[in-house]
Amino acid sequence: MSDRIIDKYAVELAADIREGRLSAVEVTTAFLDRIAAVDGTVKAFLHVDREGALATAAEVDAARAAGEELGPLAGVPIAVKDVVVTKGLPTTAASKILEGWIPPYDATIVERLKAAKMPILGKTNLDEFAMGSSTEYSAYQQTANPWDTGRIPGGSGGGSAAAVAAKMAPLAIGTDTGGSIRQPGAVTGTFGGKPTYGSNSRYGLIAFSSSLDTPGPVSRTAVDGALLHEVISGHDPRDSTSIDAPVPPVFEAARLGARGDLSGVKLGVVKEFAEGTDAAEPGVVAAYEAGVEQLVKLGAEIIEVSCPSFTYALPTYYLIAPSEASSNLARYDGVRYGLRTGDDGERGLEEVMSLTREAGFGPEVKRRIILGTYALSAGYVDAFYGKAQKVRTLIKQDFEKAFEQVDALISPTTPFTAFKFGERTGDPYQMYLADLYTIPSNLYGGPGVSVPVGLSEGMPVGLQVMGPVMGDDITYRVAAALETTQEPLLADTAPDIHANVRFTSFSEGGK
Amino acid sequence: MTKLNTYEAALAAYEPVLGLETHIELDTATKMFCGCATTFGAEPNAQVCPVCLALPGALPVANKAAVEATMKIGLALNCRIAEWTRFARKNYFYPDMPKNFQTSQYEEPLCEDGYVDVVVDGESYRVEIERVHLEEDTGKTLHVGGATGRIHGATESLVDYNRAGIPLVEIVTKPVPGTGALAPEVARAYATELRDIVRSLGVSDVRMEQGSMRCDVNVSLNRPGDEWGTRTETKNVNSLRSVERAVRYEIRRQSALLDSGDKILQETRHFHETTGETSPGRSKEEATDYRYFPEPDLAVMEPSKEWVEALRASLPEPPRKRRERLQADWGLGDKEMQSVVNADAVELIEATIAAGAGASGAVKWWLGELSRRANETGAELGALAITPAQVAELQGMVEDGRLNDKLARQVIDGVLAGEGGPAEVAAARGLEVVSDTGALEAAVDEAIAANPAVAEKIRGGKHAAAGALIGAVMKATKGQADAGTVRQIILDKLS
Repeated sequence: MSDRIIDKYAVELAADIREGRLSAVEVTTAFLDRIAAVDGTVKAFLHVDREGALATAAEVDAARAAGEELGPLAGVPIAVKDVVVTKGLPTTAASKILEGWIPPYDATIVERLKAAKMPILGKTNLDEFAMGSSTEYSAYQQTANPWDTGRIPGGSGGGSAAAVAAKMAPLAIGTDTGGSIRQPGAVTGTFGGKPTYGSNSRYGLIAFSSSLDTPGPVSRTAVDGALLHEVISGHDPRDSTSIDAPVPPVFEAARLGARGDLSGVKLGVVKEFAEGTDAAEPGVVAAYEAGVEQLVKLGAEIIEVSCPSFTYALPTYYLIAPSEASSNLARYDGVRYGLRTGDDGERGLEEVMSLTREAGFGPEVKRRIILGTYALSAGYVDAFYGKAQKVRTLIKQDFEKAFEQVDALISPTTPFTAFKFGERTGDPYQMYLADLYTIPSNLYGGPGVSVPVGLSEGMPVGLQVMGPVMGDDITYRVAAALETTQEPLLADTAPDIHANVRFTSFSEGGK
Repeated sequence: MTKLNTYEAALAAYEPVLGLETHIELDTATKMFCGCATTFGAEPNAQVCPVCLALPGALPVANKAAVEATMKIGLALNCRIAEWTRFARKNYFYPDMPKNFQTSQYEEPLCEDGYVDVVVDGESYRVEIERVHLEEDTGKTLHVGGATGRIHGATESLVDYNRAGIPLVEIVTKPVPGTGALAPEVARAYATELRDIVRSLGVSDVRMEQGSMRCDVNVSLNRPGDEWGTRTETKNVNSLRSVERAVRYEIRRQSALLDSGDKILQETRHFHETTGETSPGRSKEEATDYRYFPEPDLAVMEPSKEWVEALRASLPEPPRKRRERLQADWGLGDKEMQSVVNADAVELIEATIAAGAGASGAVKWWLGELSRRANETGAELGALAITPAQVAELQGMVEDGRLNDKLARQVIDGVLAGEGGPAEVAAARGLEVVSDTGALEAAVDEAIAANPAVAEKIRGGKHAAAGALIGAVMKATKGQADAGTVRQIILDKLS
């Protein structure tokens, strides 16, 4: 590996710090300097906490000097998606409605990052309230894909993925409601894991869709992701939907996978996805199929399975998620915190609430609030929300049946590579298609990871591995095994961003 | 001006159907979905946290004690406890509701299908319970700057979230037909019975004046043989007496409307304590679509059989059975016992007896003098500044002959005025019975001298005339003599 600190993996950095080859302050400074150098181009961060990150790093160094044993990721810096609340650090969900709000508390996963002594570099950009697949719906800035700065970094967690892809952070926290960790991972050539729903606390994760939201790791490798997964996972009594069971041994599974052997592992290919490859670009299909061949070479057995209800996953998701969102976002009314518009002493309360929400929410958020409000309305709730819940049950049953035959399911992560800015904002449905393959796992509640598998016209393609509920380990094992077929690792071949590269929205891409 | 029929005219033409929705604040130590304290009267917004303020990212966790209390209420009301139950979101915007949805229950309440029997005028009525469910309370909004304290004309609104998230149990009856002219009394008897049941469970202080028990009263009228009429829902009913008055008022108001061919609007109305009237609130046309859906932030609850049975076994003696037992113990007739219940004096009398008084003495004070005092000030009997132990002490002093009834009433004045216990007040105010026979004989002599004609009548055997002399002696001794003793002295001297 290179000698640059920023090129190292999280496991290497952790070992270097633990064994005294690097100080945590050196490491953190390197990433902060990298942010200073290239984030003007990438625009992944909404807020950088240089002081806080360095203070944590200094604590790690002091602890080491005092002979204390360091945790597995102590001193390894991390970026946090700005939909996760951080005490004392601005948290906006990339929405104007939360501009200036400073949370008085930490999300459970942030508490765990702090307990693990991981310096928090800052908060990363996203589609407003995590609603989108390109990060273009951020109310603050447009984040660029480090592979081609004229293209989107995926979404909603485009900021976290771009930060890791551009080596501004070795690790990041993402959240995945319909694919918001995995699709950005796929289009930026990084690893992204959506854990089993309920295995990672949602306490302090600003809710989009409560029954689907799951925080998880963003990294360059499966092993790094697994380490982070284990730091943030586990039961939380403050989250009623949190699973009270041991965390699956994902780090061990990733190390096992990294030995490059998948003998005896049965991987299912969903027939209905293959039939629907109309939606997937030929280049994506080609890269994915080459990856499947590699998995076979590693010893995996490929079995076709049928999941007929997956065909309805997208419409099902676009009834359930907006319904829950319409209720979750009702609290942003200007009464207690965040933006308040039109309170001139003359206007009544309802008018001020209405003006605040009009000014504070962007177009995609409004679209989904309206959609969800409609889907829950008297006279429509049975036909829309109620029917969607029934289909959701069928999708779960499809997964359960499939896992009677196979250990995990594989698919392309997303039907298309990073598209150009503005290409899909005009047609919401075209944007929604980005999550075609990732949504089923959210509706089911099982884990899914995206691992880089190849390139299509110079842009990264991801392969998704979906596991059974609480079977996160198998997804990491398969992903880590696939990485062994790449030399160099795809995630390490991203074009380097230089401070002097100027952002342009007219780039033709395809470097 | 609202047209009203007389109650009698209304009942001659129409049959009322009742329905009651009662909200009871549980007295759990912490709120429904977070660890905040629930103490009444704390400084505004002192008992709040990210969860009950609905800060971004905060999540609820259900309070087990509240779930258990709700199941106890359900069991005490003869309900079936659900094997599978969950919370639901009731969506509407209001500034004192931090999430802009209330976490409540919708299609899967914790308890269903129960009943309460109440007795009015010796007749038993069964009030069927449709459901008992658990939800959270809202905060309180204070409108300032206007003349009325209401939002009209207010310049500012202040919100106190201390109450937001306090566990609230909603108890809904099925429609109650067939009560006829006794509808107001049945409504009151039901509310009283419900309050007594919940109080006996020790899960709420059920104080209507503090808002820990709130009744919404539904009333509709129909002509005999017709289908049930359109109902109104009267809120803001803050005492048991008001429950009765609200029903009575709505019967009079609705019947007058129906008589003149008008339709009853399905609407929410507000009860006004001072006038006893109701006025319109939100009408059906403006009613919100609550967009209920299952609360995805809270796990489904599946109370085990063992849990339910353990709770059932732990229930105390039902208030009605207890009353029957006490009635027998105290040797009271049905009417007397009914008066005790109506005066809300069961516990007070029981405690007075426990403090050493005899049953008849305890009943006499609470039902007589003390009830009169309570009525005068409009206070509840239990809110009077005299304890059962003090009443027992007072009665003891009467039985010992240290006080007569008139003096005892003056002692009560002192106790209620906060001057101390009965003995203290009697000493401080000099209210002991005059037992010094010499002093009494002198007073009797004076009375005889001043009323020679009366004295002559008594000498002639007309003992009933002694009353006038007794009165004169009592006046001279400022009531501090024992009337019986005075009478004896008079008769001794004049025979």
